[in-house]
Amino acid sequence: MSLASQVSAVVRMNVKSIGQRFWPSLSTVVAVMLVVLVLLSFLAMANGFQQTIRGAGRDDVAIVLRAGATTELNSGLSRDQVRLLGEGPGVAHDANGDALLSPELFVIADGKKKATGLKANLPLRGIGAAGAGLRDNLKIAEGRMFASGSNELVVGRGVQREFENFDLGSKVTLGKSQWVVVGIFETGGSVFESELWADLPVVQSLFNRTAAVQTVRAKLDGPDGLQKFKDYATNDPRLKLDVLSETQYFSDQASQTSGLIQYLGWPLAIAMAFGALAGALNTMYSAVLSRTREIATLRAIGYGGFPAFVGTLVESLVLAAVGGCIGALAAWIFFDGLSATTLGASFTQVVFKFEMSPKLVEQGLVLGMAIGLIGGLLPAFRAARVPIIAGLAER
Amino acid sequence: MSDTLIRLAHVEKSFVKGKEKISIFEHLDMTIPRGDFVAIMGPSGSGKTTLLNMLGGIDTPTAGEISFDGQRIDQYNERQLSKWRSDHVGFIFQFYNLMPMLNAAQNVELPLLLKPLSASQRKQNVAAALEVVSLADRAKHYPREMSGGQQQRVAIARAIVSDPQLLLCDEPTGDLDRTVADEILAMLQLLNKELGKTIVMVTHDPAAARYAKRTLHLDKGKFVEREELAA
Repeated sequence: MSLASQVSAVVRMNVKSIGQRFWPSLSTVVAVMLVVLVLLSFLAMANGFQQTIRGAGRDDVAIVLRAGATTELNSGLSRDQVRLLGEGPGVAHDANGDALLSPELFVIADGKKKATGLKANLPLRGIGAAGAGLRDNLKIAEGRMFASGSNELVVGRGVQREFENFDLGSKVTLGKSQWVVVGIFETGGSVFESELWADLPVVQSLFNRTAAVQTVRAKLDGPDGLQKFKDYATNDPRLKLDVLSETQYFSDQASQTSGLIQYLGWPLAIAMAFGALAGALNTMYSAVLSRTREIATLRAIGYGGFPAFVGTLVESLVLAAVGGCIGALAAWIFFDGLSATTLGASFTQVVFKFEMSPKLVEQGLVLGMAIGLIGGLLPAFRAARVPIIAGLAER
Repeated sequence: MSDTLIRLAHVEKSFVKGKEKISIFEHLDMTIPRGDFVAIMGPSGSGKTTLLNMLGGIDTPTAGEISFDGQRIDQYNERQLSKWRSDHVGFIFQFYNLMPMLNAAQNVELPLLLKPLSASQRKQNVAAALEVVSLADRAKHYPREMSGGQQQRVAIARAIVSDPQLLLCDEPTGDLDRTVADEILAMLQLLNKELGKTIVMVTHDPAAARYAKRTLHLDKGKFVEREELAA
């Protein structure tokens, strides 16, 4: 009871005295805020990128790649293999008995970024007749789907937003031929919105890839469809191909880049945290110094060292919490939903949005509070050990 | 109950500075009866404040005995001394030593937070202490909103709020002008006469010492002259 009263009285005094050391206190708040802001910006970037890529995958769609290929770009399948895949087990069929299969060709085209005016790689995907039906949440938001056999494009919303000259009706030159944008499509913010889609035979023809596709997407006929299809595509000596669920494929793709972003973000934030820690230590040492006489007076009255210890620590944690909360709030305001592009695993631009989440805020606040805790600990020990006689002699 | 409240016997105090041993007191003896009001005077460096600190249990002798009400406080550890101070001693400092972020009532309440009292009991005691120093109407005022004299009265209220037997005053009027100093000293005299507080006051000021019942002169760690003054 008495100890709790002592602690609460000293904590109250320390917190109320923060205003008396406004500038050093503010510098600690700002330092912690910047650490949290930087960390959360990286984490939101990684999280948004991951969500964008992972959101594209479906469990009931399989993607077939050349054995050993890790991305669509370095994969390649022959026409015969595509035909054989259509005959495989585990693949769903439409009402006419045709396999729900989309052979796809993935070529790199040039686009110019609106933000920088610089050229960047864009993925042009030739898709089969069943291709659009294999994408989740596909919506033609403007215009219409491309007509088969024509050099028409439908453009992902992300491409239209971030790149020049991809609005509805625009004529664009890709490779050596001219294309017309006849539609803008959306897929709920997934990575497909970073692509251009056109009719597969037209893309094959205009990019001189007549005999080849890079991947096949197949709709599976049930929960065990993947395993059956996989066994078939792996074991048939004419195929020897890799089969993954689309979810798995995108998850692998996402983890590489988002991992890289996080590996950059955490060390940078931790390096900054050391700077903030120095600031917090300095602030709290000066706080203890400026309160030496007050602490000594309390000790003379009969207070123990523990309340002085806790009071100093709480003061440091309060400053860190204020900085952390402001940093998290600023990150949420400035970064959540911010649109950006980066290079994906296929060396093409992926349009994604920074995405904050309560879990990320928690991570940011934990780092901020760690700065407060460590920054307050040593000064708190000093406060607890203020010599009464010397402290009372302070002016 | 013995008449003696404090007894110092053969007290020595020294410290080492570099390779040199500096002695402040050698075989200091002193007795302070219950209800006494004693002024301690002496030149700077004579050991006045060190003596006061030892009487208040915030400094310990190198050798010798210090007893309070028959108990050897020189043998107490730090925790026991803290508890003893909170039960028996009120401090009044030259520069008041109030907490600037707390108002008068909150400052006065500080010693009571060490006691098992309810909030309403604490409030009552604080109001009573502020009443004694005629500052009931200033309870919500912060130190920066008060004059030096008022701040020292708040400090006196803080010193007496938990009803200690002993008040230790270190130059209590050293920062005040004559008129205000006289008010403060008259208040201490009243606390001694009316409430029976035992007061030990360190001062440079002979006029201040005249408010005490007796004055002890300390020089080079020894009492050089004793003068019993009429109350």
